[in-house]
Amino acid sequence: MRIVPFIIFGVITTTLIIILNSVVLLPAPLGKLLSPQNGVWQNAEPVDEDYSANLKFPQLKEKVDVYFDERLVPHVIAEQNNDAYFVQGYLHAKFRLWQMEFQIYAASGRLCELVGKKALSLDRDKRRLGMVFAAENSLKEIEKDSETAAACDNYTAGVNAYIESLNESTLPLEYKLLGYRPEKWTNLKTATFVKYMAFELAGSENDFEYTNAKSVFSSGDFDKLYPIIMDSVDPIVPKGTVFPKPGIGLKIPASADSLYYDTKDSTTIDEQKPDANNGSNNWAVNGTKTKSGYPILCNDPHLGLNLPSLWYEMQITTPTYNAYGVSFPGAPFIIIGFNDSCAFGVTSAERDVRDYYEIKFKDDSRKEYWFDSQWVKTNFRIEKIKLKGEHDYLDTVAYTNIGPVMYDKSYSGSRNTNNKYYAVRWKAHDPSNELKMFTLLDKAKNYDDYLEAIKYLHTPGQNCAFASKSGDIAIWDQGEFPAKWKRQGDFVMPGTDSSYFWQGIIPQEENPHEINPARGFVSSANQLPADSAYPYYLSGTFPPYRGWEINKRLSLMNNITPQDMMALQTDNYNVFAEQAMPVFLKNMDVSKFSNDEQKYYDILKSWNLRNDADSRGATLFVLTWDSLENVVWKDELLKTNLQMMMPHEGTLLENILEDSAFKFLDNINTPQKETLSDDITTAFKEAAKVAAEADADGNLSWAKYKDTKVLNLARIEAFSRLHLPIGGGTNTINATNEQHGPSWRMVVSLTPQTEAYAVYPGGQSGNPGSKFYDNFIDTWAQGKYYTIWIMKPTDTKSDHVKWKMSFSKS
Amino acid sequence: MKFTVSIILIILLSFCACIFFPWWSVALVSFIVAALIPQTPFMSFFSGFLALFLLWGILSYWISANNDHILAHRVSLLILKTDSPFLLIISSALIGALVAGFAALTASYVRPVKFFNNKS
Repeated sequence: MRIVPFIIFGVITTTLIIILNSVVLLPAPLGKLLSPQNGVWQNAEPVDEDYSANLKFPQLKEKVDVYFDERLVPHVIAEQNNDAYFVQGYLHAKFRLWQMEFQIYAASGRLCELVGKKALSLDRDKRRLGMVFAAENSLKEIEKDSETAAACDNYTAGVNAYIESLNESTLPLEYKLLGYRPEKWTNLKTATFVKYMAFELAGSENDFEYTNAKSVFSSGDFDKLYPIIMDSVDPIVPKGTVFPKPGIGLKIPASADSLYYDTKDSTTIDEQKPDANNGSNNWAVNGTKTKSGYPILCNDPHLGLNLPSLWYEMQITTPTYNAYGVSFPGAPFIIIGFNDSCAFGVTSAERDVRDYYEIKFKDDSRKEYWFDSQWVKTNFRIEKIKLKGEHDYLDTVAYTNIGPVMYDKSYSGSRNTNNKYYAVRWKAHDPSNELKMFTLLDKAKNYDDYLEAIKYLHTPGQNCAFASKSGDIAIWDQGEFPAKWKRQGDFVMPGTDSSYFWQGIIPQEENPHEINPARGFVSSANQLPADSAYPYYLSGTFPPYRGWEINKRLSLMNNITPQDMMALQTDNYNVFAEQAMPVFLKNMDVSKFSNDEQKYYDILKSWNLRNDADSRGATLFVLTWDSLENVVWKDELLKTNLQMMMPHEGTLLENILEDSAFKFLDNINTPQKETLSDDITTAFKEAAKVAAEADADGNLSWAKYKDTKVLNLARIEAFSRLHLPIGGGTNTINATNEQHGPSWRMVVSLTPQTEAYAVYPGGQSGNPGSKFYDNFIDTWAQGKYYTIWIMKPTDTKSDHVKWKMSFSKS
Repeated sequence: MKFTVSIILIILLSFCACIFFPWWSVALVSFIVAALIPQTPFMSFFSGFLALFLLWGILSYWISANNDHILAHRVSLLILKTDSPFLLIISSALIGALVAGFAALTASYVRPVKFFNNKS
């Protein structure tokens, strides 16, 4: 034996293995990843993969058959509802496990476990907002209801049955790449997912920005910049609706003038917020307006565009009901869809249900706080954040009777200069069981069932549209909304005094709603739910333009077919531009333009007001408008270092339409007084510069400039779909922005034989190695739809059935 | 002959080993085969190298072809920063080849020099 070379090559071999099995030298354990029998190659699903299987589980009571159609949509036929939820959990896990878990890591502030310290501020934000605290409260409520509790138990068991079947080589791709393993699913995770949606859709407020603006501007100016109601609004419940006398009388706190409205306090909080574009369209027309004589319901929720998609399409048939639509990987039931009797869809209500209160602690220990003239004991919740590769990070969060003290000395978003304490009162902390709404909707047979179902929706508040085969249409602006006095909660409130608390919840029957209106349709697009006649203060941000356009179009349409509805959902007409363009053209000082500017001006001038993919005019309009906002507002908003919000685009538009001498047009940093014409001309010159650059790169057409993409959840570009050729944008019905847009387009015609069309920007499989990962995206980008195949239990021999998975009791 | 037998044995046993054990069991396999079937160090290395190059190359190509290279396009872009299924397949083959090659080379020094010289 030659000992020296043996040792040398032995060491080399061992080192090589260690390097290839770890991330000591390489960015990834390449040996482990690229070994064909264990690594990522195992996730390369054959294009002719056979999904058929015979599976046996002791948890099942009876047989469940799952028929997959050509788009890999499962049609679940079960003898028992609870068996169906077991299988739903199993299917969600089989096709979307990594996404389900990752969403929970994000929602419950656990990203640091995967990526280390760089996610600390993201995680602390979720912890301090009390996401898991909210989920725990919700779980208690779920457990009180035997039906939803059993559904969740079975769903969780189904997810875990799949997780237990995994081994090293069948582990989903992302686990291999990021180097971790799935945990057991729990009902708390399902509840946390529901709270994640509450955060996305009811987590938005501007309390700190408004508080700052109030400290900088006079109250008259403040109301001009951030008006409560915009003139252009066409509310969900039409103007002129008569509302009953309010059930709740509100008392404005005696100290409101001195301690609230007129204080000039400011903050340095830098908040993490949900995407401001989160919104949606839904509408339903009744038989008087359709060609078939039966109602049509349409919905397209606008959300972040991610891969895998938030949605998983499926049909569930049991002896008690038959529902088709999209489900949330992470929760049981069909969320948006239809059954044999009716259809339902939602848009975000956009109401402000998250308010901040300034807390006065006795000392730095935070053990006691001043409330209603006495010291009250604080509760503490210790948040243990596990950091990958480091010691745990402990975050002690104080809980007052208002809620968790989210911002304090140790945490003020990304800055660290604040010495105040702010507790958050968030409606999502209150016990509620939103899942109950979905299971009741799935089974709803008529309007009364629908109304009973939506009463379980507390947070996030949604505009719930409904249509039934019996001919009814309805919409409810539903949720548990705090009854607020005017401007309550728009600014940070004093936390030392119960008179600033929410004084009650608006009684459910007083929520704005409309049933079978004479105009033949109901609709919502996140606009204000009702006009100023509504007896409660409506706080929130309500974009008016999409709703305005939808209502105008629906009023004019008759003999409507599903095809007309698809055309409407994907329409790129920019109603905001329709109003803004005349002001632009009238006030543009063309004499000051260079040749290049003149060229771009001609393009803008001849633009057809449509945000179509190849439109250059749309790009120029958006550039000019954005530039105008900067020209008008920046001088005032940058006067101080305080964070403030740019006023809503509609505020600027309405002001320049009405008053060409609007006071904010003047640039306060120059001696001369700028006019509307000066501002618009300057804005256009700036826009032309950006346009010239985009033009030079060949990116002036709207789709190229906007550059819509569907991003992988872990932000892996190689697993994303970039540069999609799609038009639309803010203020068009096809509200497709850069990474945000219609996440599920659905048109349901409630004829005796339901006719439905739908598409979402993703694919049924969450596996980047599957052809079903992103196969719907091109169809979606082209504005096309799939004709939904609604399976009947007798259709087992249909050509649509490509694979069959049989589940039975073992 | 020894060379061919070594290669065939390493391929077969590596494939079986990876069904039950982690990927680096291919190193143990080629070590054992090379120790039992003595060859010169160069030939040992080469048989381990070639065996795994063939096994992992063919396996990953086979898997990738059945997948229309969907995964290979995405993963090569992620790991190799270039969209090339071919390069990802070659990388996989080379990784297996190097590990098995060095393991076999190490094993070639297990036997006494004399025995080695006499037999080979």
